[in-house]
Order: sequence, then structure tokens, then C-alpha cells
Amino acid sequence: MIGEGIQSTNQRKHSYVRDRVEVGFFTDPSVCIGCKACEVACKEWNHVPDDGFIWSGNSYDNTGHLGASTWRHVMFLEQDRPKGKQITGLMGLLNPQSGPGRTGNLPDLRLEDPFRWVFLSDVCKHCEEAGCLEACPTGSIVRTEVGSVLVQNDVCNGCGYCVVSCPFGVIDRRPEPLADAGGAFKCTFCYDRQKSGLVPACAKVCPTESIVFGRLDDLRARGAERVQQLKQSGYNDAQLYDPTETSVRGIHAFFLILGEPEAYGLPPKPQVPTIYLKSAWASAFATAIASIIVTLVAFAFFS
Amino acid sequence: MTSNSPPEKRLEELREQAWKDGVVPGKGVNVAGGPIPRKPGYYGQPVVKPPVWTWQVPLYFFMGGIAGMSAVIASGAVIFHYVDLARVAMWLAAIAGAILSPILLIMDLGRPRLFLNMLRVFKHRSAMSMGAWILSLFGACAVPGLIALELHAHQIFPATLDQLLRVAAGIFIFGSAIFGTLLATYTGVLIGATAIPAWFLHRTLLPIHFGTAGLGSAAAVLELLGHRTPALNFLGFYAAGVESALLIWLSVDKHGAADRAIHEHGSGWLIRIGEVLNGPLAIVLRVFGQVPLAALSFLLGALVSRVGWIAVGKVSGSDPESVFAAERY
Repeated sequence: MIGEGIQSTNQRKHSYVRDRVEVGFFTDPSVCIGCKACEVACKEWNHVPDDGFIWSGNSYDNTGHLGASTWRHVMFLEQDRPKGKQITGLMGLLNPQSGPGRTGNLPDLRLEDPFRWVFLSDVCKHCEEAGCLEACPTGSIVRTEVGSVLVQNDVCNGCGYCVVSCPFGVIDRRPEPLADAGGAFKCTFCYDRQKSGLVPACAKVCPTESIVFGRLDDLRARGAERVQQLKQSGYNDAQLYDPTETSVRGIHAFFLILGEPEAYGLPPKPQVPTIYLKSAWASAFATAIASIIVTLVAFAFFS
Repeated sequence: MTSNSPPEKRLEELREQAWKDGVVPGKGVNVAGGPIPRKPGYYGQPVVKPPVWTWQVPLYFFMGGIAGMSAVIASGAVIFHYVDLARVAMWLAAIAGAILSPILLIMDLGRPRLFLNMLRVFKHRSAMSMGAWILSLFGACAVPGLIALELHAHQIFPATLDQLLRVAAGIFIFGSAIFGTLLATYTGVLIGATAIPAWFLHRTLLPIHFGTAGLGSAAAVLELLGHRTPALNFLGFYAAGVESALLIWLSVDKHGAADRAIHEHGSGWLIRIGEVLNGPLAIVLRVFGQVPLAALSFLLGALVSRVGWIAVGKVSGSDPESVFAAERY
């Protein structure tokens, strides 16, 4: 927490990998300042190549979305809603009837003009029931001691099945001509740093501790506490985004969000695609048996 | 507040227009609550990732379907003593299933030289892993089955050894038929059990479509190779009949925005054209005795609809609204 200094879990050395403790990220947009230091630190530490510099026109977000070469992505939401109890609009400084200036000529002048800018650093969710891990046919994607989901780059043969199996659209295959092209990439939860007792690069660098790294249990408690705090401060639409009720069964990198998940491009009810296997295979087996029977009938009765 | 510099002036004009009309035409920054209408989700960005697969994958679905179901037809032909048909069908199974299919699959990999990693693990919860094993086992049955059948047909060895060859050919051909039915149908499971809305909403239909299209395509190729038998004609009628029923199923079982990629855009047209070619049109041509044309129509339809289903995945996966809508089901 801010003010904890070197006592913060973001700054302390740890032995979570050795102790097999489930860890997580708690990302809190209410204190994020949109500096994108997490994006930069992630790229620097993990040697993630740049994937082009395109002006998107979407607020200050020219990163776009998570992908093979973007493992942290700071979203910039511009919403016509108040942020907490903040006072917006002209704040009574100008009176449209008698005040100075040209504003008096404008029709339908709203004195209250609610507006908020929300920043949220998106990342791989490291699902409890991970679609990419289940789908991977090479065993390249594994679960680590700390509960995170890791792609072993040297094993991945780039089949692309994890890409369509992730309910959050996180993992992607890296296109040519980037370094290590052809393989699937996503956030590693800085597994290499964690093995040495270090905090993931994005959390370490976050200047406001909007990204907090720590034990999953602690973070969940902290997230619930933070939501209460914000609600008391007038953030009525603050909620945790941690889909524990769906087949994903919770995520290791969960978020506090203001408003609906859809506005952040987060699926409201993500499902791990393995739940569809039963009905699909039943249909496949029925078709298989029907094909054999029909072929035998064809040869037996139509000769 | 006012400035005389041209850009500032222009900005003031835009602001005034935005206040008055609520909208400013032309391209600009997409500000929620601002003068430009907002896009669904987060600036219209995809929520799930569309498939990265290219042309090799639909062609593989097509080849795998032909190969797998050829082995089924070969088994039927062996049981009812159509040795010539069985030989051609096994050649088709071996070439399409043991050579062309693996080549297409390897070509589609991001790192083709690591293709053997597919057989590092066996994961029944991954349709891709099951598919890799099914394809391998199919090849491991179809190739020896073909060799044994050919040696037996040419009577190269003395009687006792030939008897042994006959038994071996039977076992391998039946084995390839079992794995063949799975090879033709698992591809439906492969795309049905994903996070792409238009795919997973039709996960029951897809294996039926892919499997039956495989059976009809195998029969069609054999007919085009000169085997105009009543049995193959019956299989052609059956496959086209099932495909026509699936066409009706698809047009009744609609899910609004969630699967609109099947009914709209270019992807929707590919699905429709494919289904008409291998459904109603193939039946009509067969009724009028135009067997080669019916076979061609079915093959073309089977290929176009495979391409269509991958195109549907790309459109549906890029559409954030389809993901949000699908989660209500």
C-alpha cells in the first residue's frame, strides 16, 4: 500500500516460488495515473520487441490491446460520469445569464458536465482454469509453483490453438519479422524474476502501486477492502472483476473496475472453452457411428 | 479564451458545433460522451483473439474429411468384396490422410520444424492434441493397410503368407476406418470448443457438418475416379440430404449478434454458398442423374463451407459485441 515504503509487498524480496504460495496481481485504476511505466518495464525486462508505432486516436492509448508483443496494456477510458465526488463542469465560475465571456451565447449550457478519465493496466489474467493451458497440444503451456500460467517458448510450435481458446483474448502468435516469430507469447508473470525472489517488473516499477503483487489471499482481501473504501468516497460503481462464478473459477490477476467490464473490453462472464467439449465430442461420436452404419447399409442394400 | 491562431479558431468552431448538434461529422478522436459516437466495448477492440490460421487449415479440414471417410468406404467395400473400389479408396485415404494432411498442418505451424512436439503429450481435454494423435494413428493404419491390400490383390506371396496379409489388411483397414471417422469429425470439435462465439454456439452442428461433408466428399472423389456404383450414389444422397438439413438448422438456430458472422458479411455468404452447393444443389443434380456434376458440386461446397467457417471465426472473433451477446447464452 502507498506509504508502506520498503515494507510494501511490491518492494520486498520473497520466496513464494520455493514455498509454493499462490500469488497474484491486484490492479486498481482508482490510483493509476496512466504513466505506462508498467508497459515499458515489461518490454525492457522481457525483451519484448516493438510491434509498430501506430497512432490510434483512442485517447492516449496507442498500445491498443494485449498480444504477443504487448504483455501490459494501459487502457484510457473517457467516460461521461463523475469520478467519486469530484466537481466537474464550470463549477459556477461563469454564470450563463450575467457572467462575462462568450459562454452566455451557447444554448443548452450544462453547468454540470460529468467526465472522468480512467486508466487501467490490463494483463494476462492467469486463470485458475486456463483455456490456453488446456488447449496447448505440445505441453508448452504449464502451471507454475505460484499458480501462474507460463508459455515455454522453446517448446511451442506455434499451432495457434491457444489463441482461440483464451476467453480474454490475451495470448497471440507473434508474426514475422519480429524476434522469435511464430511462437505464442503472453505475460510470464516474470517467472524468472520470481524464482530469484524478485517482484514482477510491472509491479516493481508502478509509481502509485496501482499494480500490487503479493499473495493471492491477501490481495483478494485488500481488493474487497478497497472497494468498500471507494464506495464510501462516492465511487458507487466500483467493483472487483474476478470471475469466480464462471467456469474460469477465478483469476490470479484481478482488477478493480469503475463501471461495467464491457467498457474495458473484459468479458462479463468468461468461460473456459473445455466446457464445450462434452457436447461437441458427443456430436462427433454420433456422426462417426452414423457414417459407419450408413456406409454398411449402402454396400449391403445398393449393389 | 479566444485566440486568433487558426487551429484555436477551428477548435472553437468544432466545440460550438458539438454543443449545437451533438455530433461533428468526419474522422476524429473517439471520446466517449464527446461529439463522436462511441464504439462497443473498449474502442471497438476485439475481446477475444480471432484465429491466426491461414488457408492451409480449411484445406486440411477438407483433406482430412476425404481421407478419413475414404477409409470407412474402403472397409465397407472390403466387407462386401468390392476389391477394386477398396484399393482406390485406400490409396485416397493414404495420400490425403498420411501425406497431404500432415504437410498442410505442418505448413500452418508458426514453427514448422517443431511439429513433432505435437506428440510430446497426450491431452484428452485438448482437441488439437487429440487431433494430432488421431491423424498419426490414422496414418499408421492407412499406410500398412494399403500396402497389405495391394500385396494381397497382386497375389505376390504364396498362399499361407497371402492369408496372413489378408488378415493384416483387414485389421489395418478397419483400424483406419475407426480413426478415419474421428479424423473427419474431430475438426468440428476443434473449432467448436473455443472462445469464438459463432463457433462454440454451433459446436453440436459442426462435427455433424464436417463428418458428413467428409463422407460425401470421399464418395464424390471416388465417383469422379470412375466408380459409379449404386452404393456411392446412395452415400451421395445421404450426405447431401444431411447437409440440406443442416442448412435449415443454421437458418433457424440463430443467436442474433452473437453469431451474426454466419449470416452477414462475406463469411456469411461463403457459408450459404457452400451449404447450397453441397446440400440442395447436389441432391437435385443427383435426382436428374448428373452424378459427376453432383459430385463436383458437393466437393466444391464442402471446400467453400470449410473456408467459410474459418472466415466466420475471424469475423466473429474480431467483433466485441458478438462476445458480449454470446455470454448471455
